[in-house]
Amino acid sequence: MNILKIDKIEKYYGNKSSLTKAIDNISFSVDKGEFVAIMGASGSGKTTLLNSISTIDKVTSGHIYVEGEDITKLKGNELNAFRRDKLGFIFQDFNLLDTLTAYENIALSLSIKNVNYKEIDERIKKVAEELSIKHVLKKYPYQMSGGERQRVAAARAIITNPSIILADEPTGALDSKSSKMLLEKFNYLNQELDATILMVTHDAFTASYASRVIFIKDGKIFNEIIRGNDTRKAFFDKIIDVVTLLGGDLNDAL
Amino acid sequence: MLFKLSLKNIRKSFKDYAIYFFTLILGVAIFYVFNAIESQTVLLNVTATTRDIITLMTNMLSGVSVFVSLILGFLIIYASRFLIKRRNKEFGIYLTLGMSKRKISTILFIETLFIGIISLFVGLFIGAILSQVMSLLVANMFEADMTKFTFIFSKSACIKTLLYFSIMYLIVMIFNVINISRCKLIDLINHSKKTEKVKLKNPILCIMIFIIAIIMLVYAYYKVTIDVESLSTPDKIFIPIILGCISTLLIFWSLSGLILKIVKSIKGLYYRGLNSFILKQISSKINTTVVSMTIICLMLFVTICVLSSSLSIKNSMSANLEELAPVDIALTKTRNITAEKAQEYGYNTAYIEDSFLPIADSLSKLDFDVSKYLKDMVTVHYYVDEALTVEKTLGSYYEETKKTLPFLTYNMPEEIVTVSEYNEVAKLYGNETFTLDEDEYIIIADYDSMIEVRNEALKRNTPITLLGKTYYPKYSECQNGLIAISSNHINAGIIIVPDSAVDDSLLERESLIANYKASDDTGRKNIEEVVINLANHPYISSTNLEASTKLSIYESSVGLGAMVTFIGLYLGIIFLISSAAILALKELSESTDNIDRYKMLRKLGVEERMLNKALFMQIFIFFIFPLILAIIHSIFGIEFCKFILETFGDEEMTKSITMTAIFLVVIYGGYFLITYYSSKNIIRNR
Repeated sequence: MNILKIDKIEKYYGNKSSLTKAIDNISFSVDKGEFVAIMGASGSGKTTLLNSISTIDKVTSGHIYVEGEDITKLKGNELNAFRRDKLGFIFQDFNLLDTLTAYENIALSLSIKNVNYKEIDERIKKVAEELSIKHVLKKYPYQMSGGERQRVAAARAIITNPSIILADEPTGALDSKSSKMLLEKFNYLNQELDATILMVTHDAFTASYASRVIFIKDGKIFNEIIRGNDTRKAFFDKIIDVVTLLGGDLNDAL
Repeated sequence: MLFKLSLKNIRKSFKDYAIYFFTLILGVAIFYVFNAIESQTVLLNVTATTRDIITLMTNMLSGVSVFVSLILGFLIIYASRFLIKRRNKEFGIYLTLGMSKRKISTILFIETLFIGIISLFVGLFIGAILSQVMSLLVANMFEADMTKFTFIFSKSACIKTLLYFSIMYLIVMIFNVINISRCKLIDLINHSKKTEKVKLKNPILCIMIFIIAIIMLVYAYYKVTIDVESLSTPDKIFIPIILGCISTLLIFWSLSGLILKIVKSIKGLYYRGLNSFILKQISSKINTTVVSMTIICLMLFVTICVLSSSLSIKNSMSANLEELAPVDIALTKTRNITAEKAQEYGYNTAYIEDSFLPIADSLSKLDFDVSKYLKDMVTVHYYVDEALTVEKTLGSYYEETKKTLPFLTYNMPEEIVTVSEYNEVAKLYGNETFTLDEDEYIIIADYDSMIEVRNEALKRNTPITLLGKTYYPKYSECQNGLIAISSNHINAGIIIVPDSAVDDSLLERESLIANYKASDDTGRKNIEEVVINLANHPYISSTNLEASTKLSIYESSVGLGAMVTFIGLYLGIIFLISSAAILALKELSESTDNIDRYKMLRKLGVEERMLNKALFMQIFIFFIFPLILAIIHSIFGIEFCKFILETFGDEEMTKSITMTAIFLVVIYGGYFLITYYSSKNIIRNR
């Protein structure tokens, strides 16, 4: 079953005299339990694509369906409700509230859905165990390492049982060790809890953890490769091949 | 180029400047209004006495204006510093582009100039309109009739406002230049990247401090209300004041920790909606602004007390006068000056001779025709026995009183009046009359503090001795009444004795009480003129005759009341504006941090309604905390003011408190709303 279906979306910036096509007729779909990575150089349109899916930005034409519902038709508070109930976010710069502890940050995404405290507490304990962040629950963001912060953000995203988790360069601000640990947790969420993850990255190593990688260049889908039964190492080499094919830009990111 | 940049900056950030503009315009308008009172009242139809009082009042107001301009100056400097802080990044960009600090200062200079000119212009315009309302108020206060309405623009007040505010703006410009020349590029650019470190206070320490603060506060409250009699000397009042200030500070210090602790312990409440977020926002803000919260709370407290007391003084003064000055004139003279006294004070023979004449005779020597001008005449003789002092009439209670009220003059001889003469006065005033047995006495008084002391002595059945005979109190408490007319309750006690108890050897003073022989106000005013003109008569130097008239008492007390009211209003409003503006600026200065936080909440899918509610609660609580504490302080503060102003009466307190509440709601509430809408604007996603 399709969790996410993207149907011929386009996004234009600027006016008639100077038109920029950030997204130029993209269509693809994501099944339940998939872990999809979207790769592309700076300016390829991958962040615009993510913003459109997350309803932060509006598409110029085309439709986006999440669990069969056309989200390009949503307005005002429906958008907020959609984000609250269907989406989980993970950002490059963590986006945790600096005035709240890790526990309170995670609790917030449930309390705005009016979940009662008993259930909040149970679910936080469970998710903290799964993501190995039990020891930082009482700490404030500034007292944690980058990796811990990003795992707290992941816990906040997963705890509401969203239809899809959107991750925007989740390893962008992490060192390689923390990156690896976070990605292993993503795999765990994907395989053990059947979470659907859509991740934007320009890093081949990060992308190699996904089950499918979509390459974007100049607002169009350039290529798509599926991991299948390959080892992660073999998949990584395949990705590198495509990146080389893609040309100069992405090489900097290696 | 720089000029254009400045102009664009102002237009672009007009919303950020809203509070600043609002405060400046309000400040200019109020400054103008209170300085224009003199010109506004020129056309009012008032007597010479009232005119004198108005002149005195305007002089005092212009003195107060210096103080007010100091407060406003500090406020403006504070506000402009806040605005510069907000624009650190912008200045950082200018500097990296290679603009010199000198040029940035020029930009700021032009901006300040522009804002200054616009605010002065708008403020003066609003002030000119408001001052028309003010002249109605003045006319009402001085009970003058506004025969015709004319629009008056006070040139002198306008020039004064321009001068004072130009100086203030000049100082602001100098401060800005100093600020800019001091700052470093790296700080300007990194300004927004600072992440906040949450400083948590130990909750147990908070609870302890809070309890200590409450105990201190209760003690201070107790001291100024129930135990107020013990504040016998002025310096003792400092203890409760200092205690009050310290406890206010401690309460704000411990408050956020305390509330956080309490709400956190109720998990169901803390983890509902955005409660945890709101609470943390508030507590971090209160934590970082303890001192300013304290100052604002105390300023609000002073404002409430000043406004409600000063308004009630005027109200109750007018109300009391009918009771306190029931007749048109009371003439008094000291009688039978002895040779020794004459020598002591250096009186001449004519003066001594005159003192042996009754008042009526002195009046005829002044060519004042008693039968032509006066009616309802009553003569009262005051007797004094040097041996019968306040100390003696207090009897056994004296020793105790002396401890609690050491500043009373106990060796002053009591004034004594015979019962038949007092009854004549009482009949004329419409007061109660009395009958006395041969060994009885009564004390007549209307000054509450003295009544309390005397009542205790009367309860103990304290006897007094007069010319070898002993008298006992007829009642166990003082009776309400007065003889001399005045603007306040100042009759500290007159002893009424049987007619036979005194003789001429004790005669001290004589008083003639009467109404003017006239049927209307004009007639009374004419006779008043005649009385005032007696001061120019050649014989006046040979007599100690003194007159107090209802009209003069009325005018001077109405004038005094009005004066206090105007100064109270002036200071109160300025204090109110200052504290509200500081709060508003504090709140807005954090809006940049809030942008990111609210953006994040929006991404999490929080509904707009919930976000707005969170913002509202956050600002509301920040505004209401100092106000609540200030109101609690004021309940006791006003109680204390009542005690101090006892002689003025407090009958009209509700009315003035209502007025104060209206001022509070309009000004403080106005600032709150502006802050809320500006913040909402800032956090709106764009």
